[in-house]
Amino acid sequence: MKPVLKQISQIVFGLMSPEDIREMSVRKIETPDTYDEDGYPIERGLMDPHLGVIDPSLKCKTCGSKGGDCQGHFGSIELSRPVVHVGFGDTVYKILQSTCNKCSRILFNENEIETYTSKINEIMKNGESLTKTIKEIYKEAKTRDKCPHCGEEQEEIKIDKPVSIMEGGYKLTPSEIREKLEKITNEDSLLLGVNHEVARPEWMILTVLPVPPVTVRPSITLETGERSEDDLTHKLVDILRINQRLIENMEAGAPQLIVEDLWELLQYHVITYFDNEASGIPPARHRSKRPLKTLTQRLKGKEGRFRSNLSGKRVNFSARTVISPDPNISINEVGVPETIAKEVTVPVHVNDWNLDEVKEYIKNGPDVHPGANYVIRLDERKIRIYDETKEAILEKLEPGYVVERHLKDGDIVLFNRQPSLHRMSMMAHEVKILPYKTFRLNLCVCPPYNADFDGDEMNMHVFQTDESRAEAKSLMRVQEHILSPRFGGPIIGAIHDHISGAYLLTREGSTFTEEQAFQIIRKAKMIIPKRKNGDWTGKELFSLLLPDKINMQYKAEICKKCDTCLGKECHYDAYVVIDDGELITGAIDEKAYGSFSGKILDKIMKEYGSDRARQFLDESTSLAISGIMKVGITTSTHDEDIPEEARERIQDHLNNAEKKVDQLVEAYENDELEALPGRSLEETLEMKIMQVLGEARDKSGEIAESYFGMDNHSVIMATTGARASMLNLTQISACVGQQSVRGGRIDRGYIERTLPHFKKNELGAKARGFVHSSYKEGLNPIEFYFHAMGGREGLVDTAIRTAQSGYMQRRLVNALQDVSVKDNGMVTDNRGLIIQTMFGEDGVDPAKSDYGKAADLDKIIDEMRLK
Amino acid sequence: MGNIDQEIMDKVIKIAKKKKVNFPESYVHDIVEAYIRRELTDKELETLIVRVKKAYERSKVESGEAIGTVAAQSVGEPGTQMTMNTFHYAGVVELNVTLGLPRLIEIVDARKTISTPTMTIYFDEDHRFDEEFVKKTASEIAKITINDILDDFHVDYGQMNVEMVINQEKVKEKHLEFDDILLKIEKTFKKHIIDIDNNKITIAPKLDKRTKGIQIRDIRLLTDKIRDLQISGVKDVNRVIIRKDDQWVLHTEGSNLSAVLKKDGIDKERTTTNHIHEIYTVLGIEAARNAIIKEALHTLDEQGLSVDIRHIMLVADMMTADGTAKSIGRHGISGTKSSVLARAAFEETGKHLLHASIRGEVDELTGIIENIIIGQPIPVGTGSVGIMMKNK
Repeated sequence: MKPVLKQISQIVFGLMSPEDIREMSVRKIETPDTYDEDGYPIERGLMDPHLGVIDPSLKCKTCGSKGGDCQGHFGSIELSRPVVHVGFGDTVYKILQSTCNKCSRILFNENEIETYTSKINEIMKNGESLTKTIKEIYKEAKTRDKCPHCGEEQEEIKIDKPVSIMEGGYKLTPSEIREKLEKITNEDSLLLGVNHEVARPEWMILTVLPVPPVTVRPSITLETGERSEDDLTHKLVDILRINQRLIENMEAGAPQLIVEDLWELLQYHVITYFDNEASGIPPARHRSKRPLKTLTQRLKGKEGRFRSNLSGKRVNFSARTVISPDPNISINEVGVPETIAKEVTVPVHVNDWNLDEVKEYIKNGPDVHPGANYVIRLDERKIRIYDETKEAILEKLEPGYVVERHLKDGDIVLFNRQPSLHRMSMMAHEVKILPYKTFRLNLCVCPPYNADFDGDEMNMHVFQTDESRAEAKSLMRVQEHILSPRFGGPIIGAIHDHISGAYLLTREGSTFTEEQAFQIIRKAKMIIPKRKNGDWTGKELFSLLLPDKINMQYKAEICKKCDTCLGKECHYDAYVVIDDGELITGAIDEKAYGSFSGKILDKIMKEYGSDRARQFLDESTSLAISGIMKVGITTSTHDEDIPEEARERIQDHLNNAEKKVDQLVEAYENDELEALPGRSLEETLEMKIMQVLGEARDKSGEIAESYFGMDNHSVIMATTGARASMLNLTQISACVGQQSVRGGRIDRGYIERTLPHFKKNELGAKARGFVHSSYKEGLNPIEFYFHAMGGREGLVDTAIRTAQSGYMQRRLVNALQDVSVKDNGMVTDNRGLIIQTMFGEDGVDPAKSDYGKAADLDKIIDEMRLK
Repeated sequence: MGNIDQEIMDKVIKIAKKKKVNFPESYVHDIVEAYIRRELTDKELETLIVRVKKAYERSKVESGEAIGTVAAQSVGEPGTQMTMNTFHYAGVVELNVTLGLPRLIEIVDARKTISTPTMTIYFDEDHRFDEEFVKKTASEIAKITINDILDDFHVDYGQMNVEMVINQEKVKEKHLEFDDILLKIEKTFKKHIIDIDNNKITIAPKLDKRTKGIQIRDIRLLTDKIRDLQISGVKDVNRVIIRKDDQWVLHTEGSNLSAVLKKDGIDKERTTTNHIHEIYTVLGIEAARNAIIKEALHTLDEQGLSVDIRHIMLVADMMTADGTAKSIGRHGISGTKSSVLARAAFEETGKHLLHASIRGEVDELTGIIENIIIGQPIPVGTGSVGIMMKNK
């Protein structure tokens, strides 16, 4: 790696004086043409070879270096008449307002000048923002109508945006403005917001225009051989053309009117050259009517230079492809296709100890897997390895060479999925080279990336330095991110089949013969325990994974939340007791090791460290998978079958609810309904109806639920927290329920009714979007329509929300990114401004805390008393 | 009770001092609480303190940690999981309060006007069970317009006047004085012809000399003005809802903290509003900081998203660091950053560059994006330390 030669310590901003521009210029540009008939650039044209070259076969006439090496040189255009710089139109206006029309002194008396000067000096010394004070000065000075220096009565100054300035009723020409600005003294200019050390007010009126080098505005040659110029070149051609005409007309002594018109036109072209979106100015367009992208547009916005090229940069040594799951690799690993591994490389510094290994890579060449693509010689020349050149390179290879070898197992890479909303969206994984063409990842890391496998793609970056590799390995590895800094609990954990698998394995009554048990254990790649010559329970199998001395008690996800908890005697096996590393009672489900809520995982992570937690996760998930494969799980709509009796009960119930709604409506129509305090009668009715219908759906769900048992796979998935919820099952089997738009029942569509199938102003359940049917029965057309309305709202909602929350995230990150903890524990921003004297009032890192607390006192006391 | 607590607290602090730890106050409180609840012996207390010390030291933030970014991500990331549903019921069924993502955005924006301001008014010890007093205060606070006490109201386009009949019963029910109402009407419609006949009041606009005759539009405007004339209540408070949980509490729609706090019998410590800017102007910046934390935490909690309070604290502290409630965004924190490049890279690129050039601003390149822009290592985390060679 090249060492840091120079460090930029500060950047000073300032204006360029006309002299600066001329001095910097290598060539005065005069002719508006670019190329002659033979395709050679015209001297003193916009493509003058003095301005630098792009073509590597040509030599720059200024610096003599070849295209690619020459970064280009500025030229200049002498404007025949001065024009106002668009960006400073408003500033010029404010300055003219604040200064005398005649003597150009600031409209303050000596006393005021002194107080403001000292105020500004004070602010500048403290390095604070001047904007507020300067605004105050502008505001104060423009109220004066008599110059305290020469006694001149002040005419009103007006601005016609962006740049025409009127004095009284007379439009000032840029030359006149420039004269006025020239007269402003250095002392005054400071008060007017122009720092005389780097800028003079009159420099805001342009007399000479810098011409950017051709490297900034390269022309593109189309396949047809046609040359297409950059937007900036087009604009410069316009400026030059008008400038020439203006000169000619002035020399010919053309009438004032014509000269002024041309001057205006020159002003227009210079404005659009700087900013093609200036308000009040029609944008300059390309022949195809596309507005030109000029200087401001190049810098501005999301696709502008700042956000797209400076704050974010394109990189080499990266890869992107579709992801797919692989439960057999560790959470720390990522499966990388061999084709990618052969493309992205790791630089290896050759030394005496790895010489033989590196030689092996070179021997394999670029096409055989653990091979190498390039060699960097001692003179820093990069040489591609070909089958033909292999031998020669091998011969010359010596310590000090760098070999860019293929990615291989065990390398550390950075893995990322967009949107990168939090730091867990970029984690370091160990490479595992696998066949086929997708990245493979362990299912437990899906939650932090928010990834699924419906076509998601992810990016991989290969580290190129030893420092970055070391940092990534200790700070960014997946296992270091099991706990989320957001709430101090696990974010990486089991999902879906891992959870239902563990439940099927550990639930009451699940026993295996020793052979079966050993098969499961073998499949999970765990150490085969001692034979015990008898049946194994699932709980015993799971206990094999737990650390030896772990003790805990908690209520599982399947807990029914009975009024009085029976504790260990729970009928549903929902009270988990782990004693000395043995699972005594309770089934394992989401609460045990699921992402966001896994209690056992959380405890292992906090008490045994990330290595043990990773091991636990890897082993428990593969145990769960081999368990689920032994027991088997499947689901279909038959899971949601309910007997005829249940159907009738649900139907009865729904009819009852509808009757109740009708009663409410009747009461409302007869004015018998009592309004809730602070609510209108209509609102009260709506609320009551919503309540009745909500209860109706819940109740019918309960009825359906009472016919489901824990032998039903859909129910297992819903109650253990693996996937879906009881609400989903209710909707499939019993009743879909009320559809809503804008938080209320559906009340839109036709005049005073939702659909022409209903009477006007009908308020009944069916007329306002209550869906009686279940998904399984099927919805009738009206219900289907209402359901689509509710569904559509949901979709729109999501689309809007992502945009809004994305912007909020960007603002938050931008506002807070400079804040960090200093050595003394203080929290400061980059200016050194103290934000907090101690982070979060106790200096605890939430990622290392126990759900926000440094220590759980009860846990400690319990442990203390145990011993 | 208070005495014993103090005693134990001193004891805990003494032991802590002996063990050379400096616990934050909340830790001491927790330990004291645990000591009493779990009936610890003194020896147990000592080991507890040692254990807590160990845990505390282990979980401290490392210096250089880019805590700002982590906090921003922790607050921003749940935003994607929040609902857009603007209206929701918050505790009180009758009251709609903005929640979810729109509310969170409102909080970080430090808006001067929020979409659903609401207050929770508590009463002091003497009045919190006094139903009569609470109802009286409620009616004093709530906005009452002429519309609320009308029996009859109609516009006579023939006579070009407005006629209304006031319901005396309603007036009494709302604890109002009829004479006050008349006075108010007379004062507001000074420029009109008012005719009072017991409960019946007729108001007609005076003939305007310039525009001959009275336009129908004038009458229409007048009717609206009469109906909406506020005769009692606190400005900006539209509705009051009376609730009794363990004591009487008022919930309001609309908020005016300064006016409500001036009322008698109100618990000035617990009475609060969800309008952060109002808290800032009435109670000051520290209160505003706490309000931001409380409101943001509540909004996130309500959606079932857990975010550590420390992250929200940092956001709140950042917003209030210079003594005013600044917003997160180009008009607030990001717009007042010291670095030109950082501001230009966020929003309004051109404006910042042009201003910087005439002001002669200097970018010291101490922040994150500045260093990314110029391609240097960033000064947080592992980038905040370097290696120094020993001079021999």
